[in-house]
Amino acid sequence: MTDLQPLWDWFRELYATTGIKLTIFYDAFDRARFFNGFLTSVRLMSLCIVASVAIGIVGAWAQGSRLRLFRAVTAGYIQFFRNTPPLVQLYFFYFALGSYLRTTNATGIEVPLVSNFTWAAIGLSLYAGAFNVEIFRAGVEAVPKETAEAAEALGYSRLGAYLHVTLPLAFRISLPALNNNLVNLVKTTTIAYAIAVPEMLYVANQIWSDELNVTEMMNVLLLIYVALIGVVVFVMGRWERAMRIPGYMP
Amino acid sequence: MIGAGSTDLPVLKPFRLKAASRSSALPLTAQHGVVIAGALVISVSIGDAQAGPGAPSILDTLLKWTPLLAKGFALNIAMSVLAMAIGTALGVALGLGLISLARLVRASSWLVTQFFRNAPWLVLLFYCVLLMPFEVRIGSVIVPLPGWAKATAALALPVMANVAELVRGAVQSIPSGQWEASEALAFTRMQTLWLVILPQCVKRMTPPWMNLYAIVVVGTPLASIVGVSEAMTLTGDVLSSEGRTELLVPMYLYLLTWFFIYCYPIARASVAVERRFAVR
Repeated sequence: MTDLQPLWDWFRELYATTGIKLTIFYDAFDRARFFNGFLTSVRLMSLCIVASVAIGIVGAWAQGSRLRLFRAVTAGYIQFFRNTPPLVQLYFFYFALGSYLRTTNATGIEVPLVSNFTWAAIGLSLYAGAFNVEIFRAGVEAVPKETAEAAEALGYSRLGAYLHVTLPLAFRISLPALNNNLVNLVKTTTIAYAIAVPEMLYVANQIWSDELNVTEMMNVLLLIYVALIGVVVFVMGRWERAMRIPGYMP
Repeated sequence: MIGAGSTDLPVLKPFRLKAASRSSALPLTAQHGVVIAGALVISVSIGDAQAGPGAPSILDTLLKWTPLLAKGFALNIAMSVLAMAIGTALGVALGLGLISLARLVRASSWLVTQFFRNAPWLVLLFYCVLLMPFEVRIGSVIVPLPGWAKATAALALPVMANVAELVRGAVQSIPSGQWEASEALAFTRMQTLWLVILPQCVKRMTPPWMNLYAIVVVGTPLASIVGVSEAMTLTGDVLSSEGRTELLVPMYLYLLTWFFIYCYPIARASVAVERRFAVR
């Protein structure tokens, strides 16, 4: 950390000369908590991306199921999560469901069984997952039946044809829509603020309450989020190009 | 676009997402109502079972607070409609900037669009609510800016960017023959846009625009975080004033139901409109 000291000093100098108060750089305490907030945000985002994609795949499979119950439950899940506010969903999980999942610890104090970070991860994954189910299902439907039939004619089993022929094609078709949804998910993670998950927005709020540098912190936040999303867009764009199906022009 | 070693022989024909195939995923209509009512009834009866003796029934409590919630929900709707109106007006202008022939206009519109599309809504909300003045002076008239107005402005910004992208996409999806034909008829660029291209774009933009509206509606409870007393804030107030834990699940479900009842028909309608306009 010592080699960065001149940089921190430069920010202190910046405050002294221009009044731009970026305590997150020159104040060790603010720097540490802001960095932790940043890490929490990134952890929440990565966790939700993986979980929501998994939900999407399982859900798309359940929607194609022969059992009517499976289809109905999936359809209900999708419609519920798509047409209600994610913030209220999060409150519902954390306050309403969380009020039942409580336990008493050794000192006799009631503590929640599921932490607010976990609830945020669950709630946001379910929310984004509802969109992913639709996206993957559309992708599977887009693969012509003939392709799977041709694979079966070549001796693939039904499952083999699905895993090795239909799914890879479906995944590539779904990618652009999936990108959009994942970007949305990354943006939506900020609502974890509402249930006091110490992510970046929450920490920034603490800092600007302590240091009274609202404008600076807001601008820093906006820039970091736009940059983070830029990274997601860039990586997914590269991946999309790498996975492109030759000759397929949507 | 073609990477090294890859061919451009068609492996898979282009596929257009069919409106009909989207709706096939929504086999439930009346059943949804039954499910929601069922969930509410179950949660209410569980809550009743937990309530101490002598406590008023959950259903009565929900009904007692319904007028207040309705008032809050009306604010949600008002905010969403206003944000959508302002955002659409600005977004169409920005979208025309995106397809402008002047390079500077195009580049700056692109920057604005990308910025507001990528910024999280909640951060924009904080930005507007904390950094906008509580009143503005226009000449000698002082216009107060209450919290909900600032929140509406904050919601209008991402709407603007998304509408701009919709406009750009729709204009580009119009076959170039339309441009060439109008040019052959000696239309200026302005006339071509307003009289030929944009009227056709309206049809293509309507379904995604309706979806965007539904997203704005479910985004309005975010305003509760910055202290606007809309339905979510009022629900929290009701819960803290009642102070009964058995009320938590029914109350939140009740609020979720309000939003669902409002948004679900919009989602259905957008699918129907998409299917109708898909016929060419």
